[in-house]
Amino acid sequence: MSLTKEQVQHIAILARLKLADEQFDDVVAKLSTIVEFVDQLQSAPTDDVVPMAHPLDQAQRLRDDTVTASNERDRLQQNAPAVEAGYYLVPRVIE
Amino acid sequence: MTVGASDQSLHQMTLAELGDGLRAGDFSALELTTALLDRIAAHGEALNAFITVTADEAMRAAEAADAARSNGNAGPLNGLPVVHKDLFCTAGVKTSCGSRMLDNFVSPYDATVVAKLRQAGAVSLGKTNMDEFAMGSSNETSYYGPVKNPWDHEYSPGGSSGGSAAAVAARLVPGATGTDTGGSIRQPASLTGTVGLKPTYGRVSRYGMVAFASSLDQAGVITRSAADAALLLGVMAGFDERDSTSVDHPVPDYVVGLDQPLEGLRVGIVRQHFDEGLEEQCGARVREALALLEEQGASLVEVDLPNLDLSVPTYYVVAPAECSSNLSRFDGVRFGHRASDPDDLLDLYCRSRGEGFGDEVQRRVMTGTYVLSAGYYDAYYLKAQKVRQLISQDFKNAFASVDVIAGPTAPTPAFRLGEKTDDPITMYLNDIYTIGANLAGLPGISVPCGFSADLPVGLQLVGPHFAEQTILRCAHQYQTLTDWHCRCPEAYQ
Repeated sequence: MSLTKEQVQHIAILARLKLADEQFDDVVAKLSTIVEFVDQLQSAPTDDVVPMAHPLDQAQRLRDDTVTASNERDRLQQNAPAVEAGYYLVPRVIE
Repeated sequence: MTVGASDQSLHQMTLAELGDGLRAGDFSALELTTALLDRIAAHGEALNAFITVTADEAMRAAEAADAARSNGNAGPLNGLPVVHKDLFCTAGVKTSCGSRMLDNFVSPYDATVVAKLRQAGAVSLGKTNMDEFAMGSSNETSYYGPVKNPWDHEYSPGGSSGGSAAAVAARLVPGATGTDTGGSIRQPASLTGTVGLKPTYGRVSRYGMVAFASSLDQAGVITRSAADAALLLGVMAGFDERDSTSVDHPVPDYVVGLDQPLEGLRVGIVRQHFDEGLEEQCGARVREALALLEEQGASLVEVDLPNLDLSVPTYYVVAPAECSSNLSRFDGVRFGHRASDPDDLLDLYCRSRGEGFGDEVQRRVMTGTYVLSAGYYDAYYLKAQKVRQLISQDFKNAFASVDVIAGPTAPTPAFRLGEKTDDPITMYLNDIYTIGANLAGLPGISVPCGFSADLPVGLQLVGPHFAEQTILRCAHQYQTLTDWHCRCPEAYQ
């Protein structure tokens, strides 16, 4: 199935990606090729097949709800683009 | 031995040989590290194999290794040089994942693999180039430009662990870490004439590996010999409580059983591996390798993987879906690239990600977003997880009658840089023989088995879950009979 420009615009918004205008047609064409390629799966007979959740059929391991790490906020925020008083700065979201 | 005399040959030695030399006092870790840093300085740039060379840290680690040896505290890898794919977090050192998004990211902590190798005494020389976020089969999606294949600089070394593979092939370092989500260790190993080992899913901790597709990603190694891969795996493997999918399964001594002969080993041959699509010379080299295994007492048994053709489309639903989820953490807020002067929060997210991610990563994020979106989840993601079950079952059925499955690692030898960049599907199909092991969580290894024209060809051995010992032994036995892994590109003798 090929994708329409409108579909790709919608996907880009869901994926939080700003596509450059000049790359848009190429993205539509290549994504369509990929979707057509994976469409071969539709013909595989999979009635009664249980979807695979884990390669080793392992269950999710749980741990006790205890404090194991110390607060390293200052060190971790060294990689942040903009911080102030321990907070991450973003554009105003509430007028 | 004097330093001057050993300098000529140190780079041609394997980890096992270097370990012997260090223990015998033939040379020091500092001399070895200096010699290899010199080689990296001489060749690293032309190959573009490195994103970061940590020369100062390496010299300090080498001095510490020498001190540990004289104090009687030498670890199992004491003084042995390694490099890390730039996807493993390294405390205090840039960890870019080949992306503009993380070009400014300095990891605050070490990946478990990095920490374990360091604790064993290994000396890290730097971080290797790779396809962006490990998404690619040619190293051409890297923000830092493609890596060159040491056998011919016009050709790709494969990917995504292309920098690690090129560095080992060019004798800049005897061992490197890599990661394999769909073939990213084995395919570049095949294309560069090196050994690439992808362990069983969960065998090696993923903690501190930048996540791409969490149900498929697995850390492994690229070396020149299977024996060296066994040596490194023994240190890297094991349970880690910080990785929720790490498996609590005993770690055997991977080196000890390597000398066991192949007598009685049942080797599965998959008919579909030799269908059209396999380059003729690659097929011939693999058949010769199989004949050699048979001569050594292995029995060749034909097995069937009926859903092999569906493995690439299955992968290109599952992997992008998981990638779109994993890469949602890159939001321009907490770390990574941030767009300047955003209009509002949505614009900040969209432009930071649009600028920070390259074309292939954006394609995969969007493919994943699409297959997980409302109305399409059942048709794509759920369907793919069902087909994945069928593929996994095919392997289980095959391993009921054989101990390993042997065949080609890649359908062709190395291809020219730029040859496949315009057509994602052609690029994706390069992983047709490797992806199955990831979908089923199986261990696999690629071993050099000859040449097509002047470019290396790899033999792949895949085993059942946790059968690393079997595939390593088979690869090692093959290497005792052949010298393909000793061939070195002429410019890097």
